[in-house]
Amino acid sequence: MSFWFLVVSRWQSILESTWEHILIVAVAVCVAVVLGVGLGVMITYWRSLAGPVLYFCQVVMTIPSLAMLGLLLPVFGIGYKTGVATLILYSLLPIVRNTYAGIEGIEPAIIEAAKGMGMREITILRRIKLPLAWPVILAGIRTAVVMIVGIAAIASYIGAGGLGEFIFRGISQWNLQLVLVGAVCVSILAVLADGLLKRVEGRTRR
Amino acid sequence: MIKLEGVTKIFPRQKVPAVKNLSMEVAEGEICVLVGPSGCGKTTTMKMINRLIEPTEGKIYVNGRDVAEVDPIKLRQNIGYVIQEIGLFPHMTIAENIATVPREKGWPEDKIQERVDVLLELVGLDPEVYRNRKPADLSGGQRQRVGVARALAADPPILLMDEPFGAVDPITRAHLQNEFLSLQKKMKKTIMFVTHDIDEAIKMGDKIAVMRAGELVQYDTPDRILSAPADDFVVALVGHNRALKRLNLVKAGDVARKDVPVAKGTCSLEEAKKLLQADNLPVIVIVDGLNRPRGVAYKEELLRRNGQAHLQEIMTPLESVADEDATLYDALSTMLNYGERYVVVMNHNKEFQGIITFGYLLELMKENGS
Repeated sequence: MSFWFLVVSRWQSILESTWEHILIVAVAVCVAVVLGVGLGVMITYWRSLAGPVLYFCQVVMTIPSLAMLGLLLPVFGIGYKTGVATLILYSLLPIVRNTYAGIEGIEPAIIEAAKGMGMREITILRRIKLPLAWPVILAGIRTAVVMIVGIAAIASYIGAGGLGEFIFRGISQWNLQLVLVGAVCVSILAVLADGLLKRVEGRTRR
Repeated sequence: MIKLEGVTKIFPRQKVPAVKNLSMEVAEGEICVLVGPSGCGKTTTMKMINRLIEPTEGKIYVNGRDVAEVDPIKLRQNIGYVIQEIGLFPHMTIAENIATVPREKGWPEDKIQERVDVLLELVGLDPEVYRNRKPADLSGGQRQRVGVARALAADPPILLMDEPFGAVDPITRAHLQNEFLSLQKKMKKTIMFVTHDIDEAIKMGDKIAVMRAGELVQYDTPDRILSAPADDFVVALVGHNRALKRLNLVKAGDVARKDVPVAKGTCSLEEAKKLLQADNLPVIVIVDGLNRPRGVAYKEELLRRNGQAHLQEIMTPLESVADEDATLYDALSTMLNYGERYVVVMNHNKEFQGIITFGYLLELMKENGS
């Protein structure tokens, strides 16, 4: 009963935190998409970089999020910048990897035909490669979003705001109801984001 | 139109050249077929013409200009390109696919749309039906047609075709080949055509360039390749049934006997007998008012019958027919398929063009003798 009481009595601050949470994730994803797709495209042209870049992204994923926040804290300071930077780093792998795989997976004949007809490389990238790889890239973005919605909760620890605040306050006050509010909201957010992106993805796959 | 001078290509980290000191010339308006086993350098040779591959040595001229000095983008936009896998862009509609090069060249939108419709008509696809479809909705044969239409979009004087009809079943392939040949009759493009199939080479080529291990073995007309192969390699390539293959070089419409009697269905048997007696034909062709063959009456049947009957009463529906563009090979195979000694040749309007009988075919081949 007290869980619902909590939700009803604090709905305003829940909404605010949720909005903060969404904002952090959205900013991080936007930057990560630009960075990740860019990197992914780049390594299809400079193949020798593909290995190292993907390896780097992989290594980033293995760093525990709490440690990552600690590592970036001296660089970006307390607050939401460090949080966003962390989320960007974690989003890179799925986006870079899927961009790379999506472009590499295009039937070579399609690219050959485009080249043979005298399309410029930039046009091939814009009109052929990216549109064809887009469903795969979008799947990568989806993976990233679902993942960092969860990680963003931890970023509250270094003052980035968001729904993690409830969780950490709950833990420090030994108030499990508060932890539950935070956790449930984060889960709901992740599920909603996943559903939304799935629909967008479905539309592009036709 | 296309001229290669001492062209050699050695790929990085390979000792043996893929193409070795190749010199040849393709005249304007001709189809030159590069043929040979896989790995003989035919595709490499073709790709050097539009600079998808740069030659290690030698010069290539297109329209008298050294391609090495032309911007590859400009060069390629003026050379149609069709590959076996077609490479249609799956996310674009058929119209967008065809519009690729005109769009790159910056044509105005209304001119592009007009051109797309013309091309779809040209390759036998109804623009209303196919314009807005996606490649995935088309059959293999239809996709090949779109591939050809796309290559022709900006009306390039030169076409490069790498096994363009390779990915379809034999029936569709024969169909596409015939259609393309009749198109070419009107277009008069200069075409470099790559295939590993000697039969296709014989059918499509004005000239055939036989290649082996990067070298040109023989460059000649199909007839000469068949009747005077340069060496054992060419003999092996064209196969032991050379004589049969030469049938591919003759169009049924060109040799069909046109001076034969035809009759209307209402013609009396007596009259038909008279018509037939003059000629040593196994059948008399029955045509309708528009000179379109409806059926045949067999000579034996006709001679057996007496009385006042009309020809249409002993008419057998037409089965053994060939298009005027069909080759004698096709005609012979139609005859054999239906177990007949004749094949009726019709033009595109389904009008009577002539008849080819088995005996006549033998005579023809004797005349052409090897």
